[in-house]
Amino acid sequence: MKVGVIVFPGSNCDRDMFHVLRDVFHFDTQYFWHEKGLPKNIDAVILPGGFSYGDRLRAGAIAAHSPIIHDIQKISEKGIPVLGVCNGFQILVESGLLPGVLLKNNSLNFMCKWTSLIVKNNETPFTSQLKINQKIPIPIANGEGRYYVDEDTLKSLKKNNQIVFKYAEVVNGSTDKIAGVCNENGNVVGMMPHPERAVESEINPIDNKPSSKIFESLLNNMGVYQ
Amino acid sequence: MSLEPQELSYLKSKIGREPSSTELQIVAAEWSEHCSYKSSKKHLKMLPMTGPLVISEKGYDSGVLDVGGGYVITAHIESHNHPSAIEPYGGAATGVGGVIRDILSAGTRPIAIFDGLRFGNIEKDKHARWLFKNAVSGIADYGNCLGIPTIGGEVEFDDCYSNYALVDVAALGFGKKENLIKNHANKGDLLILMGGPTGRDGIGGSQFASDLLESEDRSAVQIPDPFIEKLIIEAILEARNHKLINALKDLGGGGLSCAVSETADSLGIGIEMDVEKVHTKEKGMNPEEIMISESQERMLVITNKQKLKKLQVICKKYNIICSVIGRVTSGNKMHVKKGKKTFADISTEIVANAKLLDRPSKIPTYLKNIQKEKKIATIPNISKTLMKLFSSPNIASKIWIYSQFDHEVGIRTVIKPGQDASVLRLDNGKFLSAKIDGNPKHCFINPREGAIGCFEEACRNVICTGAKPIGMLDHLQFGNPQDPEIFWTFLETLKGLTDFANYFQIPCIGGKVSLYNETSKGPIKPTPLIGVLGLIEKNPQISQKVEPGDCLVIIGTTKNELGGSEYYEYIHKFIGGNCPKVDFSESKKNMKTVLELINKKYLKVVHDCAKGGLAIAASEICMTNQIGCNISLDKVPHKTQEPERVLFSESHSRYLLVLKQKNLSKVKSIMKKNKVSFGVIGKFSGKKIQFNKEKKSLADVSVDKAEKIWLNSLREMVLVG
Repeated sequence: MKVGVIVFPGSNCDRDMFHVLRDVFHFDTQYFWHEKGLPKNIDAVILPGGFSYGDRLRAGAIAAHSPIIHDIQKISEKGIPVLGVCNGFQILVESGLLPGVLLKNNSLNFMCKWTSLIVKNNETPFTSQLKINQKIPIPIANGEGRYYVDEDTLKSLKKNNQIVFKYAEVVNGSTDKIAGVCNENGNVVGMMPHPERAVESEINPIDNKPSSKIFESLLNNMGVYQ
Repeated sequence: MSLEPQELSYLKSKIGREPSSTELQIVAAEWSEHCSYKSSKKHLKMLPMTGPLVISEKGYDSGVLDVGGGYVITAHIESHNHPSAIEPYGGAATGVGGVIRDILSAGTRPIAIFDGLRFGNIEKDKHARWLFKNAVSGIADYGNCLGIPTIGGEVEFDDCYSNYALVDVAALGFGKKENLIKNHANKGDLLILMGGPTGRDGIGGSQFASDLLESEDRSAVQIPDPFIEKLIIEAILEARNHKLINALKDLGGGGLSCAVSETADSLGIGIEMDVEKVHTKEKGMNPEEIMISESQERMLVITNKQKLKKLQVICKKYNIICSVIGRVTSGNKMHVKKGKKTFADISTEIVANAKLLDRPSKIPTYLKNIQKEKKIATIPNISKTLMKLFSSPNIASKIWIYSQFDHEVGIRTVIKPGQDASVLRLDNGKFLSAKIDGNPKHCFINPREGAIGCFEEACRNVICTGAKPIGMLDHLQFGNPQDPEIFWTFLETLKGLTDFANYFQIPCIGGKVSLYNETSKGPIKPTPLIGVLGLIEKNPQISQKVEPGDCLVIIGTTKNELGGSEYYEYIHKFIGGNCPKVDFSESKKNMKTVLELINKKYLKVVHDCAKGGLAIAASEICMTNQIGCNISLDKVPHKTQEPERVLFSESHSRYLLVLKQKNLSKVKSIMKKNKVSFGVIGKFSGKKIQFNKEKKSLADVSVDKAEKIWLNSLREMVLVG
């Protein structure tokens, strides 16, 4: 069973994500360069953070046209788990796999800080081991991280249980403090904070157990969707 | 932008003919102060540069330390002062880019960035605010895009930097010792230029940096592109993994002129190159422009014909242009052609080795009376003074800055910015601690003692994390070296640093000299910036939450040393007085004792006493832990009487320790055994920071109010003014 970490030109959290998947949670992990195709037997795909194409045009806008996005779309339709973190989330939004847009933070600055997430949907392959309203200490690091949807879309997100994570505090002006969403099916999840930076106690000053559940959820769900 | 008359005649006598115009431009770039170190090189040799952990290789732009288990750390420091003073965003960003490529040149992956920033008075001066804000953005946008964490730094504001800026960037790299690029070249090997195209930006940047900043020469400022730099990093490291690189050099100051001549000179080879093969941003660039352009994000690679194909495949993957621009020849000349026509054909030994100078030096007259103390009026309300100091831009929390830098990427950051030193975990199970420190206010009053103080402060900071100092980086920034008084301050600084490095056996593994830092109002204060790297074998000292009942202990003696202190300068607007002096043997004893206590796991918090003195250091512990403390000055070992002096003196070698009451007797017996001066000065509880003397209250401030001011004042100053 295999997890793919997608690498775009300018991805910079790919190696961190790879380390966490392989060395901490012992997934069979492989990098996929954005120009390559995905194999048929892939069990999950993660789009890591970074600055694909230097955030030119808009964060994620150019990477959303990479050849591999076509394959990601195909596997997502089959129900295979796909997670986008930070720039990965921006790419999923830009490619239309997830609703909404990500705008410049309210502060107009890049923001790197530890904050808390609240779990709002524990029926996705990345949150099934978490409890509703459970808090997750986690760092954010982004310049364009303010999630925005209009009122109608917000209503439908709520109706379809597509809000996966909310911030516990006002962080950047996101609509309804949304930090992460999923598609209607629940198998494609995007989130701005970085779970891969929070799962090892050595670098997590607060508590590494809640964020570890994100990867443990995936472990538990591996192969279920093939 | 040309050679001095005596340099021109020296050049003519060396080559025995008139130089061509291209040769003149190449030599002028390479013989600039910035590239040649002609004023400083003779003297820099006094610093100790070897040690058991130091690895020396030919042609490296960064220092290399063996940290065990087959791994190395690389380190370098650079500044980008002149460009940042004109165009702070681009200047600061390209400053990051340049030092990162120096780390890459050794074949190591860059893992951390530090920045030292200096500006004028941002409280009064809008231009200083603009420079500050944009330099921070430039560093953030470049470093964040590369995915290299900016994990530490320091900022200072002083009138001597009005209309000017110092932007210093240090970077660390990490890799396997076996992957270090051992620069070598054989006749027939190919010379390859990789990366961004060469353009007319940054023409003559190094000469511009070696001049007084009288005009705004914007074309001498380079344009940043972190995305290309990121691709270059990945392409170079992939090529390194496949052993495709024989020799590697970053293109920085002096552009191709400097990279080609220095590489050829250090490897004892000749190089023949054709400027027509260089990929350029625009048509019609002449050979001189191509040779001295300082366009960013370029690397010079030497490889052979067999490896070229594989290298081209990697470059294609990352969409990086790589041009074969020449080849290695026998002999020692750099032969620059355009097509078939020769434009320069000159010995690299001559180009790469400017005639070194013996600049005259003379003790500055201003120093004669500056250490005289002035009678300072006693302040009626110390609580108010304390609150004012929390809002001083030099003391206020720097969270507004470091929260704009991704300091977590790379998942190594164990101790994050905002504490004494930052700590990274390494792949060999050890930890690396690092900090940079400067203090121009001290250095102005006493260049020698001030510089030693910066060095000791950086050491203290890494000691606070449980690390043993293993290497030092120095960045020496002064005004015009042709002024004997300025040159004297440079020499004194260097001598001080050398004495400290020798006494503590900390080798200098890299450095930089930046001269001609002058504004319309005159030279900057002497501004050495010292970086110290420390190694932690097992457990870093990670701060634990301070709880009611915990004790506050001070190690070290507080002396009547307020010269250059924030108290004298910010509160009393007085520049002068006794500059703090490091007592080497006390310093060593205190370092050893703190490390011993950390290793025995007796301490909850260790904090260095520096700017603002004991009062600020103790308050910082209270604010970050949101707890009050009752502190008695009677127990502080001191050699001065007035309470203000005990509170605000900036004497070195002092540490504050927080420990549980139950560990106090064990801690005391170790401090006594090691014969350090110490005092148990306070107990934590409640929500007030209180200082007392002989049972009389001196200051009493609310932790919450203090914290609010300390955390927010810098941001408010930048955004609101």
